[in-house]
Amino acid sequence: MGTEDIEIESRNLNLWYGSAQALKDVSIPIEKNRVTALIGPSGCGKSTFIRCINRMNDLIKGCRITGKVLFEGRDVYEKDVDVVVLRKRIGMVFQKPNPFPMSIYDNIAYGPRIHGTQAKRELDEVVEDSLKAAALWDEVGGILDKPALDLSGGQQQRLCIARTLAVKPDVILFDEPCSALDPISTARIEDLINVLKHDYTIIIVTHNMQQAARVSDHTAFFLLGEMIEFGETKQIFERPVEKSTENYITGRFG
Amino acid sequence: MSAAVRTRIFSPDTTDRVASLLLWASAIATVLILLSIIGTIVYRGIGVIDISFLLDSPRMSGAEGGIFPAIVGTLCLVAVAILTAGPVGVGAAVYLTEYAPDNGVTHMITFGVECLAGIPSIVIGLFGYAFLVVYLGFGFSILSGGLALMFMILPWTVRASEEAIKTVSGDLKEGSVALGATKWQTIRQVVLPSALPGITTGVILGTGKAIGETAVIMYTAGSSLLLPESIFEPVRALPYHLYILASEGISDDMAYGSAAVLLGMVLLINFTAVTIQRYYQARSGLRH
Repeated sequence: MGTEDIEIESRNLNLWYGSAQALKDVSIPIEKNRVTALIGPSGCGKSTFIRCINRMNDLIKGCRITGKVLFEGRDVYEKDVDVVVLRKRIGMVFQKPNPFPMSIYDNIAYGPRIHGTQAKRELDEVVEDSLKAAALWDEVGGILDKPALDLSGGQQQRLCIARTLAVKPDVILFDEPCSALDPISTARIEDLINVLKHDYTIIIVTHNMQQAARVSDHTAFFLLGEMIEFGETKQIFERPVEKSTENYITGRFG
Repeated sequence: MSAAVRTRIFSPDTTDRVASLLLWASAIATVLILLSIIGTIVYRGIGVIDISFLLDSPRMSGAEGGIFPAIVGTLCLVAVAILTAGPVGVGAAVYLTEYAPDNGVTHMITFGVECLAGIPSIVIGLFGYAFLVVYLGFGFSILSGGLALMFMILPWTVRASEEAIKTVSGDLKEGSVALGATKWQTIRQVVLPSALPGITTGVILGTGKAIGETAVIMYTAGSSLLLPESIFEPVRALPYHLYILASEGISDDMAYGSAAVLLGMVLLINFTAVTIQRYYQARSGLRH
């Protein structure tokens, strides 16, 4: 891949929670408009890694970072980076669907509103577009004033995706988005990711290797805080270079 | 293993039965105490309670007539207390849970809240007299009494709000922050609305404490039996009225009648708090 296609790149990223090192010298290039999957056993640092990209780890006490995370060539940890703008441009969908305890409409309008959109017509449009893009409009278009918490788990997760799309990000980070969902809801989210990658750069953390194989173009394998192997998904799954990658993929541990 | 071979005076079975009997008796005693209080007051007081008792002004120092001004006085005092304790309490709770660094100053504030909760109400009353009535010149008034009550219920409001804010899930906060919201936007628009039922319950329970309080308001709110026209006028709160009726031997019947009304108000308030809590717990149960 050419360097001009790299949207995000971590360079020698190290992270400590207190004295425990959670990431060791991680360097990964993330290509624009592609899906990159991060796989590995629990506690290997893959979630910690994506939370470095939109600086969600800032919220954690005693978290210390060295190295760089370049977003469009600029280190997101530079002093004058505005995290509000950074997080608006790099959205995140979490493991457990976390809609706000408000109406469906207000959930989607939440982001645009905090970023200054007030006009009703403009908000209506964003809400409709976002719900359509998240393949949820057909189901909730008529009940926008209903509490979001009344929706099913799968619908709630698509609502969270719509909420993320509403602030018009360039990158979407998915942190095990299907681990709390049933197989049918999972399939719908995967279909959605396959569509969204045309417009967004996507990074997905997953425990499910079939999922990584189905949705991603590139895969990185993490083990004990280190990035062991990175490459085309096909190559990682068919011809892994590292022994530990092969062991994990063939189910010998993890 | 000497314990295993030790001779037992009672078989484990007997011990167990005795223990559960004692525990059961303690639980029953608690309920019995409550029921005897309610029973006695209602039995002795119900005779004088009718519409005119609730809506008339007292005559002959309260020996005849009703208790309307005292009901109004109590409600005014409590309203001032809640309207001031609510915002200050929630503000302090937000600071302590979301902003305060983990250092000595914060620990001192938390300790201060505990201490304020432990100050005897008569001391708060005396301070209210010196500070609000005399020094600030509010006189015996709804304002003085209400603010003194606020001093008393403030720590409960802070604690209840802290608890309510702490139970708001971190997932919601992360969801908001990940959309680019600032800390304050997240607190204002996600944390506080989610915590509101818990905060409301806490404030209402504080009201239950405030409504029956006598020592705090006897030196601050005055003892007027006239209907107040502004918050700068004195009132006689219901518990104080009851105290005067009984201690000065004016009328035992009227005292028990007043006590029954006061009890009714407190029970109604507690019932409201529990209902609100149940309603929202049932609603948030929809999440899973």
